[in-house]
Amino acid sequence: MIVVDKNLELVTLTERQQKARRNRSIAIGVALAALVVIFYAVTIVRFGHHGASITGSGLLGGG
Amino acid sequence: MALADDRLMEDAGFRISEATAGDFFALLKPRVMSLVVFTAFVGLVAAPVAINPLIAIVAILAIAIGAGASGALNMWYDADIDAVMTRTASRPVPAGRVTPGEALSFGLVLSVLSVMTLGVLVNWLSASLLAFTIFFYAVIYTMWLKRWTPQNIVIGGAAGAIPPVIGWAAATGSVSLESVILFLIIFLWTPPHFWALALFKSDDYARAGIPMMPNVAGQASTRRQIFAYALILAPVGVLPWALGYTTAGYGVVSAALGAGFVWYAWKVLAMADDDRAMKPAKALFGYSLLYLFAIFAAYLVDCVVGRALMMGGV
Repeated sequence: MIVVDKNLELVTLTERQQKARRNRSIAIGVALAALVVIFYAVTIVRFGHHGASITGSGLLGGG
Repeated sequence: MALADDRLMEDAGFRISEATAGDFFALLKPRVMSLVVFTAFVGLVAAPVAINPLIAIVAILAIAIGAGASGALNMWYDADIDAVMTRTASRPVPAGRVTPGEALSFGLVLSVLSVMTLGVLVNWLSASLLAFTIFFYAVIYTMWLKRWTPQNIVIGGAAGAIPPVIGWAAATGSVSLESVILFLIIFLWTPPHFWALALFKSDDYARAGIPMMPNVAGQASTRRQIFAYALILAPVGVLPWALGYTTAGYGVVSAALGAGFVWYAWKVLAMADDDRAMKPAKALFGYSLLYLFAIFAAYLVDCVVGRALMMGGV
């Protein structure tokens, strides 16, 4: 059973600290989203090349 | 709700960061990064292999982030000397906006991320070269050479010279003489560039205890060495044309740029010992930046135009 201490001391961020944290969070979010898009797009490009080379070689019945 | 006092938290070793994304971006040394991006781009475009534009962009991005990561590691380790130099005192770590631990973590995470991205999405030779560059700059140069020998930037300059080789390797999966010549141009450019800066910032370097050439060997010896490097750099800049890699157009431009470099270095050599304004050293520093940008731009234009003419059957 988890006991919650109701007298737990919490930290209230100053306005400047909140603004800085929000700024960092947005930057990390944008960077992660960009990373996902980059890996997705390059994977598509690489598979595209790979597929084309297989088709071109006649391995998939083409050519 | 009770509020914990900020002072108490700091005493207990806790600190709530007020660093913005801009402070972390400054850790990447964006100005140095722009030079790395440009030279790596030239290496990538000059390579005789067509590369998918998206993969080329990813390669350049990974190289830029890797270079930035080594800059962050440098700022973490050098925070003590950055704090006493006017040129670097406002950097995020010495100014207290970013803690050394944050800078170290940031640098390490970006190092791994950039190398892995380049390896997985482009090729492992370029990723290995990038990993070596980060290691060489952060460990060999920053932690060892910089505080130990006046040859620090001569040997350490190799790290800044590798990006065009990485760009070339990203496109071709190999390293060739052509890319090694691009490396040599930056490698030989580095000492006169930084020694020109060290001449008019020698008080700064002395205060920080960094053994730069003017502080160790004296200003006269540094001026002679700057001139000697200029004499070597000028013909090496023309080598791509002499070896048949470019057209005569590049040969003429690079020869003129090299002659300009020698002329500015000559003015530094002729500088009076008691010259406090050091205008020739400042002029050489400014010209050296222009030189590197212009010679790589000339190489890029020569490659692109030459390729376009060949495709047009001219």
